[in-house]
Amino acid sequence: MLYQTAVGALQYRFVDLKTLLAKASPARSGDYLAGLAAATYEERMAAKIILADVPLKQFLQEALIPYELDEVSRLIIDTHDKAAFAPISHLTVGDLRDWMLLDSTDSQALAAVTAGITPEMAAAVSKLMRNQDLILVAKKCRVVTAFRNTIGLPGHLSVRLQPNHPTDDVRGIAASLLDGLLYGSGDATVGINPASDSLSTLMRLWQMLDEVREHFDIPMQSCVLTHVTTQIQAIAAGAPIDLVFQSIAGTEKTNSSFGVNLALLREAHDAAQSLKRGTVGNNLMYFETGQGSALSAGGHHDVDQQTCEARAYAVAREFKPLLVNTVVGFIGPEYLYDGKQIIRAGLEDHFCGKLLGLPMGCDVCYTNHAEADQDDMDTLLTLFGAAGINFIMGIPGADDIMLNYQSTSFHDALYLRSVLGLKRAPEFDAWLAKMAITDTTGQLREIGRGHHLLQQLPFISGAA
Amino acid sequence: MHNDDKTLIQANPWDELRSHTNARIALGRVGSSLPTREVLKFGLAHAQARDAVHRPLDFTHLKHELHAEGFRTLHVHSNAQDRQTYLLRPDYGRQLHDESRIYLEHALPAPELAVVICDGLSSIAAQRHSLPLLKAFRERFSTDWANTPVVIAEQGRVAIGDGIAVALRARLLIVLIGERPGLSSPDSLGIYLTYQPAHGSMDSQRNCISNVRPEGLPYAQAALKLDYLARESLRLQLSGVSLKDDSNQLKISP
Repeated sequence: MLYQTAVGALQYRFVDLKTLLAKASPARSGDYLAGLAAATYEERMAAKIILADVPLKQFLQEALIPYELDEVSRLIIDTHDKAAFAPISHLTVGDLRDWMLLDSTDSQALAAVTAGITPEMAAAVSKLMRNQDLILVAKKCRVVTAFRNTIGLPGHLSVRLQPNHPTDDVRGIAASLLDGLLYGSGDATVGINPASDSLSTLMRLWQMLDEVREHFDIPMQSCVLTHVTTQIQAIAAGAPIDLVFQSIAGTEKTNSSFGVNLALLREAHDAAQSLKRGTVGNNLMYFETGQGSALSAGGHHDVDQQTCEARAYAVAREFKPLLVNTVVGFIGPEYLYDGKQIIRAGLEDHFCGKLLGLPMGCDVCYTNHAEADQDDMDTLLTLFGAAGINFIMGIPGADDIMLNYQSTSFHDALYLRSVLGLKRAPEFDAWLAKMAITDTTGQLREIGRGHHLLQQLPFISGAA
Repeated sequence: MHNDDKTLIQANPWDELRSHTNARIALGRVGSSLPTREVLKFGLAHAQARDAVHRPLDFTHLKHELHAEGFRTLHVHSNAQDRQTYLLRPDYGRQLHDESRIYLEHALPAPELAVVICDGLSSIAAQRHSLPLLKAFRERFSTDWANTPVVIAEQGRVAIGDGIAVALRARLLIVLIGERPGLSSPDSLGIYLTYQPAHGSMDSQRNCISNVRPEGLPYAQAALKLDYLARESLRLQLSGVSLKDDSNQLKISP
């Protein structure tokens, strides 16, 4: 297919679909770093104009990364559902945007075509969408998952409680965990990023989280974010593992730089399923992704970073995860320079993930060398609330003292609930009320010194 | 810091748990939100971290201090001409500017060791901690210190040291660099050691000592580790993943 158009006297021509997608992508530093971005504003618009006329069928003909070279490409092609694609198979990329925005295209209609949409189609259409389009369509996509509670119901918002400590000190982690629970956070998962990779240290963390959960009968799931091979080892050693975590990306080469592939993920998934620890559902994978990881690993094959990110969602959806978290601003300003780029990327990731049928959450975050601050996080957080995001992070005071970056806090979650009337996962909500942490309307109550959790949690699992 | 009217704030009766963590727990709340005091505390910490990234290193002052302590200094620049380029193009920060390369090639070669001080992502870290660390290291590690070059590199990343070491024909390279600042640690210094550095040396060929600052890894301990790694590196003629840091089995002499 020829990708060309004239704008005035200037003729624009792009050699292939991958180049066209890169040139049509909204400006961001990572694509400039890769040498893939449009050279001028007009070139970017010319690429968008051409892209709008590309038939969706073309994406099934022209692989961005060859089938023979890349197992993610093979996964995308091999799992493409022709029957689900049928209702939209006559559309162009521009038509797909129009169709999704129709009032008559509701949650069911979008869910029906999910398996027929490839990540590249989702990435392509997102490049033609304004932020409000990304919000409106994502809000119509409902993805509900469950393990010990139910996440992603309309009008609900969950929080991953992230009680990290720079030396994995169990008392320090317990203190942040307690703080989060008493602020009504933790229904998505309690997930610790450990500093150590020693199995004995990690075993203590899994055991501590499980003891707390059992002792207080909390309908929640826990996770220790270490490498998937370590989790397989730990399951064999009898660790009480609820969720399996892994960072994933959209190309085989990048995944291999993370030390993973599809077979390994399947092995981990099956090992955790064999424990049968879920009560109301059995979604148990927790994936993290983020634009820029493929370029950073030299595994991007000259595909723009947003399209690479969307391809990671093909990997994720293969395992019916409980949670997918795009860690949007963590990677640094050479990939997403400022608040504007971080906000745009976050909305794109959430939209593409939801359209592809994933339970998307976002680590709304930034590092201190990015041109961003807490005001930008407030903006993105609020937009996500409007877009119906499944979950966000909850970190004491939004300051992660182990990973050295800023995210969102327990207070931020309360703010979002307050302005948009968003509820917690119902099972978790009932538990909070039972524990007198919240009142019948879901508002936090005053916690006295004698509160059950305050009296006992710090003394569990040698935490004191 | 602002003193809140305590009657407006819902306090959290678990502030004693702060003895177990530096995490911002038990902050209290006003409605759903942070009390003014906490908003200001966070804002100040962020301001300090931002300044650490953007305040230029005072090279003249640092050079002066190094001279006063008897170090031989040289001054070079990377291909990143300013801070914005430095942040957007990590590759430029790794490259030694051509003029600097020629300047070094005409300088006295390194007898054994070349030390490089980079602003990195925290000029404050380099400004505060590189000299005290270097002095502590000099007390332990014996080499021809009078002729050992201490190269101050502007807008540099770790790998700029490779080009510097090649130009100065150094066998061993030690890069001191300001690390990415955290909210509670705006001034962490990182140390990277590379044996026989060359253009394109891999990260796996380097040993790293992180978070050097009085509140993190104090100078004396960092110097002890660095001395151990430097000596072992020269003895075994390698660095990186195959060089293990067993310095914790040694004792710091008083």
